[in-house]
Amino acid sequence: MTIGIVDLALPAATAAAAGLVGSFAVLRRLALASDALSHVALPGIGVALLLHANPLLGGVVALVLGAALIWLVQRRTRLPTEAVVGVIFSAGLAVGSLFTSGEELLEALLGSSRAAGPVETGLSLGAAAAIVAWILSARHRLLLALLSEDLARTAGIRVERLDLVFLLVFALTTALGLRYLGILLMGSLIIIPAATARLMSRRLDRMLLTAVLLSVGATLAGTLAASRFGLATGPVIIALAAALFGVGVLLRRRG
Amino acid sequence: MKPAGVVLELTGMGVRFGRTTILAGLDLAVHQGETLAIIGPNGSGKTVLFRTLIGALPHEGRIAWAEGARIGYVPQKLDLERDLPVSGLDLLRARAAVAGTAVGDVDRAIQQVGLGPGIVGQPIGELSGGQFQRLLLAFALMGRPTVLLCDELTAGVDEPGEEQLYALLRRLQAEEGLTLLLISHELSLVFSHATRVLCLARSRAPCVGAPVEVLTPERLQDLYGAPMRFHRHDDDRDR
Repeated sequence: MTIGIVDLALPAATAAAAGLVGSFAVLRRLALASDALSHVALPGIGVALLLHANPLLGGVVALVLGAALIWLVQRRTRLPTEAVVGVIFSAGLAVGSLFTSGEELLEALLGSSRAAGPVETGLSLGAAAAIVAWILSARHRLLLALLSEDLARTAGIRVERLDLVFLLVFALTTALGLRYLGILLMGSLIIIPAATARLMSRRLDRMLLTAVLLSVGATLAGTLAASRFGLATGPVIIALAAALFGVGVLLRRRG
Repeated sequence: MKPAGVVLELTGMGVRFGRTTILAGLDLAVHQGETLAIIGPNGSGKTVLFRTLIGALPHEGRIAWAEGARIGYVPQKLDLERDLPVSGLDLLRARAAVAGTAVGDVDRAIQQVGLGPGIVGQPIGELSGGQFQRLLLAFALMGRPTVLLCDELTAGVDEPGEEQLYALLRRLQAEEGLTLLLISHELSLVFSHATRVLCLARSRAPCVGAPVEVLTPERLQDLYGAPMRFHRHDDDRDR
């Protein structure tokens, strides 16, 4: 199968968004929680399949609702985000697996190589651009809030609202990768390049740029390599990203 | 209505966490340009008071700031990872960007607290205790505050560093006309620098007075539940 520039545009845009969102998830020590959050898409995909609706749309709805639910429970209970995500993720996985089975479940978890239609591609590119624009414009507020909520408040930042928007943006980013990476692997693309960039950076702007380059690089190289050797796209992308993380660890130990 | 010159007025202020009362029935007026030190044993609600004043915690009673009051806050410590890829400049530039202030404000704040450009360019996890406190002070000053709240400014700083930080605070207060609220365990520094002292303890009502009235051996024993001694620079009080 030949891959054109158009086929690469959506994965590259999604990867750029994943690198930026992942950087702040890693800095907020939400790496595992962020990975788990992506699993909340499963019940939405299952319900959509039952209703013969677009499974990706179901996944997006479930992720957005899941993010809002996590924010509400956290605000009400003051439990750490990762604890709330852990509970809602387990519940999502349990309910989701009741609705999906066999090949559908495997596709939902690991993605598929089927190309997106023009409408889905256009909407997804627009969403990826919006995510990149929001993270870049909110990066100063996100930085202050992750360092100290009290300092952020004295700078006039509405921390709770910022948390909610970040969770929704995270959910949307996960949704972008559902088609080609699936639930299991999209969380990995958000976290692994950002974790590698953190190993290699001493300044925030450098970390954001490195995470984007690593994420887009692994995605493009993985997509092309998978096509060339007839392998599943998602696992190749994540294996490449993980290999780059290994290189980052080695460089860090020497440095 | 607040009397002239009062920047902060608390009336029957209290804070509860569930069924636990942390602060109760606090009445206080803070005057412009004064240095109010807050002392008390661990768990007496000093930090809770500051976090309530900046709007981070819900409260009972009334907190009234003077019109146009701008609050700067220097927290006790930040729970940071040592290898965080964030430099002092990242922090200050983020503050400037959020406030929409000129980039020149960053340089001004750095100069005010006496941090060199090489130091603010380092990752914040690599700064010494004193350098980090100066950075937080610069962060607070970037909002051009009229009132500065410092929670244990000299925690983790050696003795010469403590003196330098307090001298810096006194200079900034004179230059900017700041009102200072300081939480401190260093009673000798409190005695030297405060114009009034607020003492907090869970088991008794808050007390307020001049350092010579509050920092007596009897009152300190009553407050801390143990004899407390501190080095008293009587000549400092004459300044």
